[in-house]
Amino acid sequence: MAKLIIDGTEVDVSPDDTLLQACEEAGAEIPRFCYHERLSVAGNCRMCLVEVKGVPKPQASCSVNVRDLRPGPNGEPPVISTKSPMVKKAREGVMEFLLINHPLDCPICDQGGECDLQDQAMAYGVDTSRFAENKRAVEDKYIGPLVKTAMNRCIHCTRCIRFITEVAGVPDLGAIGRGEDMEITTYLERAMRSELQGNVIDLCPVGALTSKPYAFHARPWELTKTESVDVMDAVGAAIRIDTRGREVMRILPRVNEAVNEEWISDKSRFIWDGLKTQRLDRPYVRRDGKLAPATWGEAFAAIKAKMDATSAGRVGALVGDLASVEEAFALKGLLDRLGVASLDCRQDGAALDPALGRASYLFNPGIAGLEQADALLIVGSNPRAEAAVLNARIRKRWRMGGFPIGLIGEAADLTYDAQHLGAGPDTLAEIAGGRHPFASVLKAAARPMVLVGQGALARPDGAAVAAAAAKAALAIGAVKDGWNGFSVLHTAASRVGALDVGCVPGPDGLSTNDMLKPGALDVLVLLGADEVTVPAGAFVVYVGTHGDRGAHRADVILPGAAYTEKSGIWVNTEGRVQLGQRGGFPPGDAREDWAILRALSERLGETLPYDSLAALRSALVAAHPHMARLGVAEPADAGTIAALAAQSGVPDKAPFVGAVGDFYLTNPIARASAVMADCSSLAAGRVQAAAE
Amino acid sequence: MLADKDRIFTNLYGLHDWGLKGARARGGWDGTRVLLEKGRDWIINEVKASGLRGRGGAGFPTGLKWSFMPKGSDGRPSYLVVNADESEPGTCKDREILRHDPHLLVEGSLIAGFAMGAHTGYIYVRGEFIRERERLQAAVDQAYEARLLGKNNIHGWDFDLYVVHGAGAYICGEETAMLESIEGKKGMPRMKPPFPANVGLYGCPTTVNNVESIAVVPDILRRGGAWFAGIGRPNNTGTKLFCISGHVNTPCNVEEAMGVPFRELIDKHAGGVRGGWDNLLAVIPGGSSVPCVPAAEIIDSPMDFDSLKALRSGLGTAAVIVMDKSTDIIRAIARLSYFYKHESCGQCTPCREGTGWMWRVVSRMAEGRATKREIDLLLDVSYQVEGHTICALGDAAAWPVQGLIRHFRHEIEARIDAYAARPDVAAAVREPSDIAVAAE
Repeated sequence: MAKLIIDGTEVDVSPDDTLLQACEEAGAEIPRFCYHERLSVAGNCRMCLVEVKGVPKPQASCSVNVRDLRPGPNGEPPVISTKSPMVKKAREGVMEFLLINHPLDCPICDQGGECDLQDQAMAYGVDTSRFAENKRAVEDKYIGPLVKTAMNRCIHCTRCIRFITEVAGVPDLGAIGRGEDMEITTYLERAMRSELQGNVIDLCPVGALTSKPYAFHARPWELTKTESVDVMDAVGAAIRIDTRGREVMRILPRVNEAVNEEWISDKSRFIWDGLKTQRLDRPYVRRDGKLAPATWGEAFAAIKAKMDATSAGRVGALVGDLASVEEAFALKGLLDRLGVASLDCRQDGAALDPALGRASYLFNPGIAGLEQADALLIVGSNPRAEAAVLNARIRKRWRMGGFPIGLIGEAADLTYDAQHLGAGPDTLAEIAGGRHPFASVLKAAARPMVLVGQGALARPDGAAVAAAAAKAALAIGAVKDGWNGFSVLHTAASRVGALDVGCVPGPDGLSTNDMLKPGALDVLVLLGADEVTVPAGAFVVYVGTHGDRGAHRADVILPGAAYTEKSGIWVNTEGRVQLGQRGGFPPGDAREDWAILRALSERLGETLPYDSLAALRSALVAAHPHMARLGVAEPADAGTIAALAAQSGVPDKAPFVGAVGDFYLTNPIARASAVMADCSSLAAGRVQAAAE
Repeated sequence: MLADKDRIFTNLYGLHDWGLKGARARGGWDGTRVLLEKGRDWIINEVKASGLRGRGGAGFPTGLKWSFMPKGSDGRPSYLVVNADESEPGTCKDREILRHDPHLLVEGSLIAGFAMGAHTGYIYVRGEFIRERERLQAAVDQAYEARLLGKNNIHGWDFDLYVVHGAGAYICGEETAMLESIEGKKGMPRMKPPFPANVGLYGCPTTVNNVESIAVVPDILRRGGAWFAGIGRPNNTGTKLFCISGHVNTPCNVEEAMGVPFRELIDKHAGGVRGGWDNLLAVIPGGSSVPCVPAAEIIDSPMDFDSLKALRSGLGTAAVIVMDKSTDIIRAIARLSYFYKHESCGQCTPCREGTGWMWRVVSRMAEGRATKREIDLLLDVSYQVEGHTICALGDAAAWPVQGLIRHFRHEIEARIDAYAARPDVAAAVREPSDIAVAAE
């Protein structure tokens, strides 16, 4: 530890800290534009200048390490001043320089009200301008359908460039020209090719990069902020839902060091227009082959009529990818009462069995724990498409060095170097058997990880592949005291929670694939399950939010609430129990899903024993105590990995295929979003980037 | 005046053979092995004893700089980088070394590389220097052929020397921007610390030296540090290449003793000031980035680091730009301001925004289209740039403007008055006081 005197206060800080961190430790506020905790230090805005006693020039506190400071002649601690006249003058000078070429368009700027430049100009600037020349004009650039540019406003802090190159890992954004002619651009004005590009909007300290879909829609002070969690993938990123009235205006990330740091994927951020289109806002009942609007009573009556005529063995239910734990629990409760055993939450047919213990289906090291790993084997997954934020975490670990990564499955650009070892289970078996050269790399690592994607599990031989992956994990020493490197990467936000509450077939119950065989069932309840094709014949009850695949096939539609419209618990891929909050209300007659199930249960004569969400949660917690520990990822018993490895079965030779074909269109909300459709077609190369 | 026997650059004017044979005839590559055998410490001590100060402009003691290099390797190699990105307006000394006496530089690189434990050297040649680069490369090739360089050379110190060239950016003459450029990145200065001696080229210990600093080393070692220290004045020792340009009768490059009086330098070598000494207006004594000095102050000043610093200017690269009374000094400085605005890399705020602002204001002042209070505004802006930037380009852009205002404020004021007095302008712009009177 090193002693410093900052503004007269003596503080003890780590010599590795920067001066800026030390000053914050001492309670001094340091203005900054280019500095960002999660990006490399650029030191170019010069706003964070402080005075170091004995140094004639003011020093950029973001780039000077505490250990670089020299003590006084008699060993006194270095003296730093953040409030001296020199510092004040320096800040005013830099502020003036930043403002001379910054347009005075705050009234029409979307950053207004949450603008670093605005705030710091008020705090550290002078009140008038002395600049009598013409301001610089810079052409706006096309950098994709998500980020709007107003390059006159750019202050060249290069946060966006550093984010895109360092965190997102694509070389798409850079600066051309020099001096005052320097411009931030994608060079050829093409769209950025990152799934994390929306984060540059948050990083931009001014209004140069703003959200294109949100442009001119709202002002930050009009918005109601609700802290929630994201359900677009199984990462469970922390988000903030900004609403005006009942309308979701935008979605922003929140900081959660354990999960998403402060990034979210573009799908999480720009999905909100999908919440407004294709919504199911009233119940429907199919009459004469056509879906007709109905009342709740008519819809329930139609279901009851069908259910009364059907034996429990001919009824089944599927839990969709976005469902919260409460509704999955309520559905299971209802089916148990009805004596229905055919319930499944694995609508992709993934071979995940809660009977083998929680560790067999969790991302055991945790997302943050990934940074402790020192070798990684990816099996049948493309983390970039399946969990973009988690992929950034892998890249972060990779950039630290000493992190060999092997990939079995489809070769893809993951934004980091991954050695492509092979395409299918054969290579996995070679690793498990130690016959592959990469096996020795993994064995040599102290904390190796095996990341198993749904692409490896959601196939007919998935159970055998899971066993083979577990074998490989044991063989390379990924499961040992204090370290469990067996990691299942889920793609569905609902999956872990639903597995936790046991949404899998009971005795003699049918699994997803069996339920979807023609003639297997007479009644199928889809709780937001849209990724399956239901064969003709079955009577389908669809509880969901959007007019998507499930609704098209349905015989009765019960309109539910989307994730921003209900309070619910979701458990992410690492088993972290997180509470999502309601940002607004569902449209029209739509109701929260658990309430629909509760009402249905009453009609079916098997009333569920809770009539409020609180009562439901009490029942849930009574049955599954870990659901009460919000924000916590409970470690699972690593011993069960051996049980998983001991499962019999021989995988076939078919190569692994990624679980996510199109990153932008993985769920009904995304498929209803025009913005996601744009991104998707752009990604597919169907649309030439229009040079505006 | 420097005696001929004390000259180091004996082929400065390209009258003799530039090649290896010629260089050897002039004493180059003579006993280099013996020098190296005396050891690293001896070389550094001898360079320290010579009082050699860096010839690139800042005047940092060269021997001291070398001594910052790690004595033993921590696994990383050390690098020598020679800065031949001579772009400072007015300066043209390294160019003459590159094309007329390249072997001085090649030999100096080997010795310097040895002294800092570097097996690899890079010479970064300015992008516009095409023929110079070819000549230097030819000299390096000759040295390789004669096994003076390379692996298992006759000197017993493996040393590879690479000639790399820039793309014409002034900022790449800044040492850390040069390292970025050699690494293939955009030439933008790095933050210091860490200094290059610790983390430099490719993250390895690196020393960046000017061409002239390196080229004089073999002679210093052969003749002894005391010989070099005996020339010039205390703390400003040795010989120096002066590049005399501007309003003199015979502009030239010349090697002279440090501390030679300005009057002697101009009279002896440049044929005097055009129109006589009374016609001298001002001098920029060290390349475009140092403040100008008015005639009266500089005429009898010694030309060395400390004397010119006392005049609030600097020796810089010793590019002496002489301006007689026909010079429009405001326009001259405005042109320099444009140069710095054009060459600012754009990385940090004060320089990026400030150079353009200063250029625009000085340009208006050159026309007289300004107000007098803008003179102080301009000075204030220049102080806001100076010392607030990552590299010294901000300072370099601010100093000429400060020099102008310090010494020629009256010229600017006269220009503004003259402009305001023009009938067309006077009719268009009325003083606020006039308007107030009219309103009454």
